[in-house]
Amino acid sequence: MHRKCKGVGQAAGEDIKMDTTIVSVKSLVKTYKMGDVEVHALRGVNVDIMKDDFVAIMGKSGSGKSTFMNILGCLDIPTRGKYYLDGVDVSSLSRDELANLRNRKIGFVFQSFNLLSRTSALENVELPLMYNKKISSHEMHERSMKALEAVGLADRAHHFPNQLSGGEQQRVAIARSLVNDPVVILADEPTGNLDTRTSLEVMAIFQKLNQKGITVVIVTHEPDIAAFTKQNITFRDGRIIKAIAVDKPRNAMNELASMPAVTDEEDEL
Amino acid sequence: MKVKNLLKAALRSLAKNKMRTFLTMLGIIIGVASVIAMLAIGEGSKQSIQAQISTLGTNVLMIFPQASSSGGVRMEAGSSQKMTIEDVTAISDRCPSVAYVTPQVRTSGQLVNGNMNWRTSVYGVYPNYFEIRNLKLMSGNLFTLSDDRSATKVCVIGQTVVNNLFGANTDPTGSYIRINKIPFKIVGITEKKGQNAFGQDQDDMVFAPFSTVQKRIMAITFIQSMLASATTEALIPAASREITDVLKAKHNLGPSEDPDFTIRTQTDIATAATATSGILTILLATIASISLLVGGIGIMNIMLVSVTERTREIGIRMSVGARGRDVLLQFLIEALLISLLGGFIGVTLGVLVSQLIANILSWPVTITIPSILMSFLFSSAIGIFFGWYPARKAAGLNPIDALRYE
Ligand SMILES: Nc1ncnc2c1ncn2[C@@H]1O[C@H](COP(=O)(O)OP(=O)(O)OP(=O)(O)O)[C@@H](O)[C@H]1O
Ligand SMILES: [Mg+2]
Repeated sequence: MHRKCKGVGQAAGEDIKMDTTIVSVKSLVKTYKMGDVEVHALRGVNVDIMKDDFVAIMGKSGSGKSTFMNILGCLDIPTRGKYYLDGVDVSSLSRDELANLRNRKIGFVFQSFNLLSRTSALENVELPLMYNKKISSHEMHERSMKALEAVGLADRAHHFPNQLSGGEQQRVAIARSLVNDPVVILADEPTGNLDTRTSLEVMAIFQKLNQKGITVVIVTHEPDIAAFTKQNITFRDGRIIKAIAVDKPRNAMNELASMPAVTDEEDEL
Repeated sequence: MKVKNLLKAALRSLAKNKMRTFLTMLGIIIGVASVIAMLAIGEGSKQSIQAQISTLGTNVLMIFPQASSSGGVRMEAGSSQKMTIEDVTAISDRCPSVAYVTPQVRTSGQLVNGNMNWRTSVYGVYPNYFEIRNLKLMSGNLFTLSDDRSATKVCVIGQTVVNNLFGANTDPTGSYIRINKIPFKIVGITEKKGQNAFGQDQDDMVFAPFSTVQKRIMAITFIQSMLASATTEALIPAASREITDVLKAKHNLGPSEDPDFTIRTQTDIATAATATSGILTILLATIASISLLVGGIGIMNIMLVSVTERTREIGIRMSVGARGRDVLLQFLIEALLISLLGGFIGVTLGVLVSQLIANILSWPVTITIPSILMSFLFSSAIGIFFGWYPARKAAGLNPIDALRYE
């Protein structure tokens, strides 16, 4: 809606009020019913996330982070409350319209990668485009290769997930999430299964994407990782208890460069 | 999703799980093949029975004396002595729908030629018996009615009798044999006819003039049965009615009284035999259907085993934007490909097995198009249903539930 009328050159993360709202959530409630027991995963969440924002969602295990992310990703539906994505009232959409939304506007990265097994990296990345009738096979291939290049895996395009390391699989998953030019990338603990260096690589990719104007929301348990984002939101018991802007986000690219290169040198030691 | 991509996705998923694909297909292959083979055997035996019944003759009616129940004691069928040669004459004179009628007596005879001997049935009939039964001679001539009147000791013998008394590839026309010690001249040899519907060797017979057998061999005065033929197939019922009327009148039976004879027509026999082979076909079809069903259960089993994997895959596809119908379509195409390919292989195998049965066991088999279509459609339906079922279930889930499915 008010997205296109935005001026240029805002300082990232600052002056939030003037920025365009990509995600807007009002009194979001999610209750799981397990027989007689009701689990209140979300108890009224209100939050606005702006374009160009890079948000880290923190909180203890069971505080509702994944539930929140799944609803943002249109993978799950809230019990109550409103959710606007890029100006669209998501709660009023049909299943097919939700699928379209996931296909065109959202990139989702799972902690457990969720790649199709015995399917090459390239084909995994192509998957979202397969469900977009407007895209020719040629364009599909080209865009997927570009996405793989963006995560530094162009040379592994024809490898299968079981031939890739965890970090590489996560990068394939990120390539898949960005191949459809989404307005928002949602990543639930994208570095949860990765070591420090690989985590840095993944964060560097997210920062690069964020600089290009894609909104990024990640869930993380590690404050170190959250320090690479611009805003940290903390959940507790299904509510947001804290939302702070990060003073000086760390730069993953620079830190990677200053890190002793592991691969060859370590072998020689 | 575009059809091309759908096909690609389906083919890839089949290729990805070759073992699963193969096992799924195996159920269909075995099911289809067995249905086709079973039905081919059933149909084949039905047709061969029908073919054999037509060798019985044309428009044949058989007339047996009824087991008499006079004095309250039931006697064995055919034991009645009430049928006489006058009955034959009456039928031939007074039944317009009857083309031929012949009396018939049958006894077993010990046949001797030099040091060779053979035991077989000896029939005493009129020469028109050969018209009724469509019997032809491959050598020599028939005996005549004047042979019958004078009870001449002549006979016509079948090929099996020739083989056993004279050896194969001989023509003993004009030679003499002894039947129960009485010398008979062989005047003709019947053409080979093979077995009849009841497994009887139709070449293992001796025919002689009726009076010769009745008087000289059997020394009786009655006749055992009659064989008649209607002028056309449509007139078989009319002929049957006329014979009934004439015989009842001859035997002094009122119209409301039960006849003391039985008439069996070729149609009756054909109906009975077809019913028997129909039961056989149903039996075989049942067995085959059970194997199809077992195949179907196999498919379901494999599909259910892979349901976790498939549901996660569906979750992944939905998370990147697949709609319910995209998922359904992909699975439908997958199931369709499996069924069509499996069905095709099954049909091929079924035809091959049928041919093998025909060649090795020399059973009569007939493969019919409906049996192919039926088993093909049925197995496809099973394959599609069981392949589609998990997909349909998963496509109704929220993506996140599909992803979490365990
Ligand atoms: N499908 C479900 N059915 C029932 N309860 C659920 C379901 N999913 C989550 N919950 C419950 O909802 C609450 C929030 O779960 P959620 O997965 O959002 O937590 P989280 O913050 O992501 O935790 P973690 O950091 O361990 O991933 C928990 O109490 C959890 O048990
Ligand atoms: Mg979680």
